[in-house]
Amino acid sequence: MRITRSAGVLAVAGVLALAGCSGTGQEDSSGEGSAAATDLDIAVITHGAPGDSFWDVVRSGADQAATDLGVTVDYNSDPDPTRQAELIDNAVSQGVDGIVVSMANPDGLRDSVEAAVAAGIPVITINSGQQQSAEFGAITHVGQDETTAGEAVGNRLNEEGQTGKVLCVIHEAGNVGLEDRCSAVAATYGGTVENLQVDGTDTAQVQDTVLSKLQSDPSVSVVLALQGQVAVAAVSATADAGSSAEVDTFDISKDVTDAISAGDITFAVDQQPYLQGYLPVSFLQLYASNGNVVGGGQPVNSGPAFVTSDNVDDVARYAANGTR
Amino acid sequence: MTTTAPARDADREAAPTGRATRVLRRPEVGAAVAALAVLVFFTVVAEQFLTPSGVGTWLNSASRFGIMAVAVAMLMIGGEFDLSAGAMTGATGLLVGVTTTGYGLNVWVAVLLALVVALAIGALNGFLVMRTGLPSFIVTLGTFFVLQGIDLALVKLVYGQVAVQGFSDVPFFDSVRPFFGGVIKVGGASISVSVLWFLAVTAVATLVLLRTRAGNWVFAVGGAQASARATGVPVARTKIGLFMTTAGAGWLVGMISLFQSSTVQSSTGVGDEFIYIICAVVGGCLLTGGYGSAIGAALGALIYGMTRQGVVYAGWDSNWLYAFLGVMLLAAVLVNNWVRQRAERLR
Repeated sequence: MRITRSAGVLAVAGVLALAGCSGTGQEDSSGEGSAAATDLDIAVITHGAPGDSFWDVVRSGADQAATDLGVTVDYNSDPDPTRQAELIDNAVSQGVDGIVVSMANPDGLRDSVEAAVAAGIPVITINSGQQQSAEFGAITHVGQDETTAGEAVGNRLNEEGQTGKVLCVIHEAGNVGLEDRCSAVAATYGGTVENLQVDGTDTAQVQDTVLSKLQSDPSVSVVLALQGQVAVAAVSATADAGSSAEVDTFDISKDVTDAISAGDITFAVDQQPYLQGYLPVSFLQLYASNGNVVGGGQPVNSGPAFVTSDNVDDVARYAANGTR
Repeated sequence: MTTTAPARDADREAAPTGRATRVLRRPEVGAAVAALAVLVFFTVVAEQFLTPSGVGTWLNSASRFGIMAVAVAMLMIGGEFDLSAGAMTGATGLLVGVTTTGYGLNVWVAVLLALVVALAIGALNGFLVMRTGLPSFIVTLGTFFVLQGIDLALVKLVYGQVAVQGFSDVPFFDSVRPFFGGVIKVGGASISVSVLWFLAVTAVATLVLLRTRAGNWVFAVGGAQASARATGVPVARTKIGLFMTTAGAGWLVGMISLFQSSTVQSSTGVGDEFIYIICAVVGGCLLTGGYGSAIGAALGALIYGMTRQGVVYAGWDSNWLYAFLGVMLLAAVLVNNWVRQRAERLR
């Protein structure tokens, strides 16, 4: 970050003008002053697609931890495992003091994560990849166990008295965790669960796909989105289709809490992504400054928490800030 | 690049050109200047950028794009596009991953099978374009969607999930890995085998384009297809060959991705087809065909790889990456244009 500023000045002219823009970020300037005190550089490397709202909240958590603790956080992401692995290699060669990584596709990251561990860099995995976390040498994992969360949803739907078909909307091809959620829902839910594949980076497309499905299959009584933006699209699609299906979702955002308040979404499963950014950064800071390992390396659960019309008002305030 | 376009030969005889002008007129000059600028820039702003391990990282990143960019550049010189090139890298990787981990096929056999399938799809692309006269942009867009669909649907159907897991445990994995996913230690740097492939592909493509009859045909069919046909150039054979070359390169990159990461998922490669075209254009290829170079495309990929990783090394906000790449693309093309126009005027 120290370099960024001078780079910004250099880059004003010519081809590389845009580079300077990063130098004006608020987090950067607040992190900069205190970074010198502890001088910890932490790389946060996720599989989030650029512009994904969920990962934006994770990032906010990591940035806030950086500000609070006076460390430097560099956030990078790539949904392609080969390129995500490259970002890890990149961080290792930069000699960072800690790496936070989400492992949607653990096999693809194994070599790079193990190389980081071998280079003596503490690694914490977040979000996905809980099973492989310890095996690859990470000091701990922060996330929501997909199976536990999925089973909880199945049980909740049973309690609501649902018996019709559940449409489980998968928004990221290749994310094993999402597949796990849907199969865990199917494991406890009394009725049938059908998966629907959509492109989560294109919300309009998601809405159209869900709409077509609802129009062609009237037996769907629950649309289960696995991400906030998808849920909002599903609400519109349900309305357009004139369907009476209830919409539930994993993960929340301001739009989701608004929809819960309005009664359009029945419940949301919050895995509290903010914690998945904040906690690992603070864990790494504690590890570096005091040798602490939280829970002896056992996975730390950031969720699930159910958000319904009962508690939505509290949550809504935080979601509006982009921190829940 | 003395054989760039047959039409130019007459001009040159009329007005002999100086050495400097000939150099300036090469399509890759703009890219070379831009690559050097990017290298110097990131070396200045990021201290680890030019360290051995830093170079290893961005070279590796550039190589996978570069192999494809060189093949796509040849195709573009021949006047065609291949939008299925990105999905091809995922499709070939998935074919190998699924047949080996799902059905126990020998990994060597699977790798060769994937090559045959890739070449067949490439030939089909070329055949459809030549036979129907439709723009290759449309034909290969169709192939792209078909491949993307197959990548997801078929893999899910026969395999139950969308990402290949456990590939590193298949028998003989270790015997194939050195060829595609190997790493060579040079000093403090880990250079991937893919970088050697990148160099080899660029060298071979350059030789073919500049020193062989087939190379002349490529420039001819891209520059003026009708006159090429009239002078006896086998237009269909040349273009189908180019589509097969691109598909073959897709197979190579698919294998490199697969063996480097020991996994592949349904979304692998989707969207990369435009990056290849961007690298080729930054490297001096004309979208209209008949002009360009393999070295230029390789330099374009190098710029892309350096920028992608350089943004990370410099610690900049990654949200700006694509905006940055877009500005760079426009700038590189403008520089190319400017250099070319000056060269034309100097003549």
